[in-house]
Amino acid sequence: MAKRIDVSGLNAYYGSFLAIEDISMTVEPRSVTAFIGPSGCGKSTFLRTLNRMHEVTPGGRVEGKVMLDDENLYGAGIDPVSVRREVGMVFQRPNPFPTMSVYDNVAAGLKLNGKYKKSQLDDIVEKSLKGANLWNEVKDRLNKPGSGLSGGQQQRLCIARAIAVEPNVLLMDEPCSALDPISTLAIEDLIGELKERFTIVIVTHNMQQAARVSDRTAFFNLAAVGQPGKLIEIDDTERIFSNPSVQATEDYISGRFG
Amino acid sequence: MDISTNTTAPPLPAQPPAAEQKRAARATTRPGDRIFLGLSRGSGIFLLVVMAAIAVFLTYRAAVAISKDEANFFTTFEWNPTGSPPMFGIAVLAFGTIVSSIIAMAIAVPVSVGIALFITHYAPRKLGGVVAYVIDLLAAVPSIVYGLWGILVLVPKLDGLYGWLDDYFGWTGILSWQGGAPRSLFTVGILLAIMILPIITNVSREVFRQVPQMHEEAALALGATRWEVIRMSVLPFGRSGIISASMLGLGRALGETMAVAMVLSPLFDIQVSLLDYGGGTFAQNIASKFNEANPLGRDALIASGLVLFVITLLVNGAARMIIARRKEYSGANA
Amino acid sequence: MSHASLSDKRPGSSLRGATLPKWFPWATAAGSIVLGIGISAVAGLDSDIQWGLIAAILFVLGSYAIAAKVEGRRQAKDRVATSLVWVAFILAVVPLASLIWETVRRGVKVLDGYFLTHSMGIVGDKEPGGGIYHAIIGTLEQVGLAALISVPIGVLTAIYLVEYGRGKLAKAVTFFVDVMTGIPSIVAGLFILSLWIITFGMGYSGFAGSMALTILMLPVVVRSTEEMLKLVPNELREASLALGVPKWRTILKVVLPTSIGGITTGVMLAIARIAGETAPVLLLVWVTPLINTNPFSDPQASLPVYIYLQYANSGGAGAAYDRAWAAALVLIAFIMILNMAARGIARWKAPKTGR
Repeated sequence: MAKRIDVSGLNAYYGSFLAIEDISMTVEPRSVTAFIGPSGCGKSTFLRTLNRMHEVTPGGRVEGKVMLDDENLYGAGIDPVSVRREVGMVFQRPNPFPTMSVYDNVAAGLKLNGKYKKSQLDDIVEKSLKGANLWNEVKDRLNKPGSGLSGGQQQRLCIARAIAVEPNVLLMDEPCSALDPISTLAIEDLIGELKERFTIVIVTHNMQQAARVSDRTAFFNLAAVGQPGKLIEIDDTERIFSNPSVQATEDYISGRFG
Repeated sequence: MDISTNTTAPPLPAQPPAAEQKRAARATTRPGDRIFLGLSRGSGIFLLVVMAAIAVFLTYRAAVAISKDEANFFTTFEWNPTGSPPMFGIAVLAFGTIVSSIIAMAIAVPVSVGIALFITHYAPRKLGGVVAYVIDLLAAVPSIVYGLWGILVLVPKLDGLYGWLDDYFGWTGILSWQGGAPRSLFTVGILLAIMILPIITNVSREVFRQVPQMHEEAALALGATRWEVIRMSVLPFGRSGIISASMLGLGRALGETMAVAMVLSPLFDIQVSLLDYGGGTFAQNIASKFNEANPLGRDALIASGLVLFVITLLVNGAARMIIARRKEYSGANA
Repeated sequence: MSHASLSDKRPGSSLRGATLPKWFPWATAAGSIVLGIGISAVAGLDSDIQWGLIAAILFVLGSYAIAAKVEGRRQAKDRVATSLVWVAFILAVVPLASLIWETVRRGVKVLDGYFLTHSMGIVGDKEPGGGIYHAIIGTLEQVGLAALISVPIGVLTAIYLVEYGRGKLAKAVTFFVDVMTGIPSIVAGLFILSLWIITFGMGYSGFAGSMALTILMLPVVVRSTEEMLKLVPNELREASLALGVPKWRTILKVVLPTSIGGITTGVMLAIARIAGETAPVLLLVWVTPLINTNPFSDPQASLPVYIYLQYANSGGAGAAYDRAWAAALVLIAFIMILNMAARGIARWKAPKTGR
């Protein structure tokens, strides 16, 4: 299931503004890659180019190549809708569909993609909720609105919803920034389990989090406000946090800026 | 609350009340404040008095009329307050008002929701902005102009459509046509639909615009097409807004007077076919009968106006209840 | 085309579904219109409403059928939704554009300086000539009086609701403002009729009409002012109160000036709304072809009623229809200018009240 992502020469624009410039990197399958960097450095923008969500923003536009195994996401004839089915995403703020029940939230993606029998759906919903470590908490209220859950539960519900469609890659855009420490811990544990099955990319503001959950870490930076964000370096997490090869990375990690 | 007042009250009995009283007294005796509060509260009360007066006077005149009515006011099919004995009833008006409004809603609601979606989700941004602005302005076009346009431009164009409907759907009975000028309840419904389009569109558009980006992205990230995003995120979020917009439109359609009076060729009878003459509406009937009404005739019209008023109140009240209930539901996750 | 069904099943690896070219919707639209006209010509249908409808139906069905065949069911549904939305847009734009176009086209025929500065005093209903001077005066006076009454009362009520209002009275006022918003204009007219003319025995006059217009305008002013006052941040009030400024001066000197732009916009929109009201004016002001500058006695003319009369009393005389259209054009222009000015003020003042 899990696939390798290979980015080369990627630029992303908002209208005429170049937000990120010339990014190339490889994301290994069945691993967690963390993106860190100061605010506005384009790490979230870059993340959104990986499932073609960037172009949903008015004026959003991308140049370059993003290979998912052997297929270019920006190639001719590629349907962005199918891309997003293959590359799931979890957002900064938990966003379950407010009018749907817990069950329907998890089944939402499946229902889009064809017909399932009720028993099949039940199975997948249960499996996904278990996969998101949420099953025990919600199994008695599957038909209650998803918005009635706590913030951390909602975020795990969103993860369940994303993994229910068995994507190849799971993108997480600061998934814990709106959560309390205990919920954050639960999500971090979950990420550790999910990487057995998925390629995971996570944007985070929290360097301890990056150090805890990720195998590899990419550091993004920008020269000045109004300048495009760039990838400074990507390496094994341990190396980045102990002995980075670029001075700026070390400055950022040791808290000298950002 | 109780606890805090109980615990704080005992320790400070002697001095503070006096000081507080003084301060309170100063606040209320400051003439500027008193006058200003009086004025603004007075305005609020004035508004209540006006509403009470409307209810009282309309009810009183209506009671006068109904007491002299020799027929059943609600079920009679004729309007003859000058006859002896005077006989009049609102059955035909209720029928016409409801039928024309239903036609109007059936056309206007889906089309308006479509345009609102067009503006917010389909059109290129600039075009969407222009369309939104123009429709905003069109909401202000007075009904008399719609009436003039309806009778002089729209009605002549409907001959062909009426014949066509008669040819293919005449067998239903509802859409058969005897061949009079197309000035029936059906035309009124179409015209009302055009008139309430802007208002329903504007309100729905505002609601669609407020759909949180994150709900739409949730659907997008699951691999939803644009239509699926709308069905999963936009419409559920906007449902109460669409309902309230529709109710607003319905309120307008029910009470619309001049446009209907100009376009409809009224007949105080009920027809099965929507394309044949038959029926009138409350408001239209008041405007067109008022001219030659004697005192009892005027009271009878006021009585029918009261019924219209009550119907609109119910419609608006229902809309507000729906919104309030939806608000509780969606408020939990906002 | 061969792997069209792929996107329906779980595609496994393929991210590409067969996609129809960009020009597909346009081609379908053009084809539908041609077919629609063709069918109408063969069947002998002459009304443009008919071929338009046929073309619209063909367009929607055609998009679905072709897309379902090539791209799969989900994409086809998406395309149908898109084409329905476009059809809705066109369905709505056609009559609304026609309304404006016809009003302008037919209205400019007799619209000139003479038309604006003469009354119908000596002109018969079916004769050419005459103008709307008396109606303009009537409308301006009636609307002006209504605004004069409802603006202070409406703004004060809103101030009461926002700045003082707690408890039962405020709740009742809020509720009845809502109720008042829904009063049909003809009912407002009937109320003044039963109060002023039947009960008090007064005659028809511009002022009677103004009172009915006030009932229609008041809730709009209250609502919009309320919204604007709520936008004024509490910090501003507190800053002023903390300086020892009494509450009423805080409201007059801080709150109102901050929101004055929005309030003006609301008032202008309310005026635009009542300026076109016909029914209550017809009931209460009656009609006259003569200039009457005194709104407090005797019937007055007004623009909306003038339009109605030119249509209703002329038995189809061309001259009267021309006058009706010209008056409609003037009325629309007046309302549109008010609207645009109101929006302009709103935009111009927006940044200050924003945050």
